[in-house]
Amino acid sequence: MLDRAPQETEGAAAEKPRPVEFRGGGFAPSAGRHGGWIALAVVVALWQLAGSAGWVNPLFLPPPSAIAVAIWKLASSGALWQHVSWSVMRIGSGWIIGTAAGVLVGFAIGLSTLARSIGITFISALFPIPKIALLPLLILWLGIGEEPKIATIALGVFFSTAISVYSGVDAVPRNLIRMAQSFNVPFHAIVRRVIWPGALPSILAGFRITASVALLLVVSAEMIGAQFGIGAFVLQAGNLMQTDQLLAGVVMLSVFGLAVGKLINLLEARLLHWR
Amino acid sequence: MDLIADHISHRFGALEVLDDVSFEVAAGEVVAIVGPSGCGKSTLLSILGGLLQPTKGAAELRGAPPAGSLNPLTFVFQDFALLPWCTVEGNVAFPLETAGLSATARRTVVDDALRRTGLADFSGAYPKQLSGGMRQRVGIARALAVRPAILLMDEPLSALDSQTRELLMEDFVRLLADGAMGAVYVTHNLEEAVRLADRIVVLSRRPGRVRETVTIPMTRGERGAAEARNRLTALQGELWSLIRSEAIDAEREVQHA
Repeated sequence: MLDRAPQETEGAAAEKPRPVEFRGGGFAPSAGRHGGWIALAVVVALWQLAGSAGWVNPLFLPPPSAIAVAIWKLASSGALWQHVSWSVMRIGSGWIIGTAAGVLVGFAIGLSTLARSIGITFISALFPIPKIALLPLLILWLGIGEEPKIATIALGVFFSTAISVYSGVDAVPRNLIRMAQSFNVPFHAIVRRVIWPGALPSILAGFRITASVALLLVVSAEMIGAQFGIGAFVLQAGNLMQTDQLLAGVVMLSVFGLAVGKLINLLEARLLHWR
Repeated sequence: MDLIADHISHRFGALEVLDDVSFEVAAGEVVAIVGPSGCGKSTLLSILGGLLQPTKGAAELRGAPPAGSLNPLTFVFQDFALLPWCTVEGNVAFPLETAGLSATARRTVVDDALRRTGLADFSGAYPKQLSGGMRQRVGIARALAVRPAILLMDEPLSALDSQTRELLMEDFVRLLADGAMGAVYVTHNLEEAVRLADRIVVLSRRPGRVRETVTIPMTRGERGAAEARNRLTALQGELWSLIRSEAIDAEREVQHA
């Protein structure tokens, strides 16, 4: 049998071997380091070209250079900081209140049967309501001032936070909790040393969402009833057909969103380095 | 300190898992629990360790725990159950954090446990940086740190490759050699059972009942000799013949489930 094997494959052995075709490519996208910035630069350059060449009416779409000039003038006059600081104050206050309440309620739902049975029903019923629709009611309750705007943001942030926190608590591997219980680790220590770090990835992912929600709500609330703030500024510029200033406000919102995103990236890198 | 399974029965809803299981683990004794898949071995271990309340019967302790024991009944888990956000040192120290030890005493205990398990050079590593065998060593070090009277080991080697299993089995034999610690060792692997245990409790298929209790007729120290190995292999064959038909039935049951 062994002697016959080379004879049977003699013809095949004479044939030149060919490489096995590679079939394992794709399905592993990775963000290039500079690709995004290059694409952004190309779009801005084309936009500038369209404006400079007169292909688009600058009243409807001012070129990036005009927007940069508008930002510079706003910054020089101090108006930009005034609007930004009001928006940051509202977002900051609303986000902190909403997040603190959301984390507390989320943990209660994640850890207590009573809180879960009550809380999930309320959250399911109230979460889908667009929170900006509640602003007129909140103005009635809290008066015309900062409170209703901050409360609107806090409400928007609260529900998303609560959901991400109790989802995170639910996602903590049960075997880790059983392990801690098997060592007689007290409840509070299990929450602090097992459940909190285990739920943190979901909580930080929730922060990313609630930062966007807060930004959306602050602009909406400021458009409805504020003298200062990015939302009020954008609306005012739109009413006056000052599209360069309008887009300057939009750019500031984008920069704010990017800054918050970076901050959360830093938090994740610091707190979730073990992943 | 002795551990007693006193007429333990358990059901999950309509599913009867254990039926009137009784046996004792004397101080320093190693008892293996074997049986077909789904016979309730892990459930029994959870009940013995106080993580699950039995429907009937009880898990009981007799006698005082050894001096200095911080957690007389200590688990070693199949999936290691390590905190991924803690280093090796942090995982071993975790059960000591609320034990009322001073920082110095804790440090000494952790260092000793790491040294005994060959982890002294890996104290700053995170679980994701370790192999399966090393992760299980961390689980063992964590268990040793609380100076248990009885280790409750739930298939501690089943997630590991055969070479790592062999190395850790040698560690178990060494750690349990002096009789200072007893163990309940749940396993599918009959070779592990005959190598490590003083007695083997054979459970029937679900609902698990004690079908037979086999005493290994030699000390662990005597099991290295060639003749002893032959006797253990024969014993392993006898155990398999006890379990085989029920293991086949259990497998078919799982496939039809």
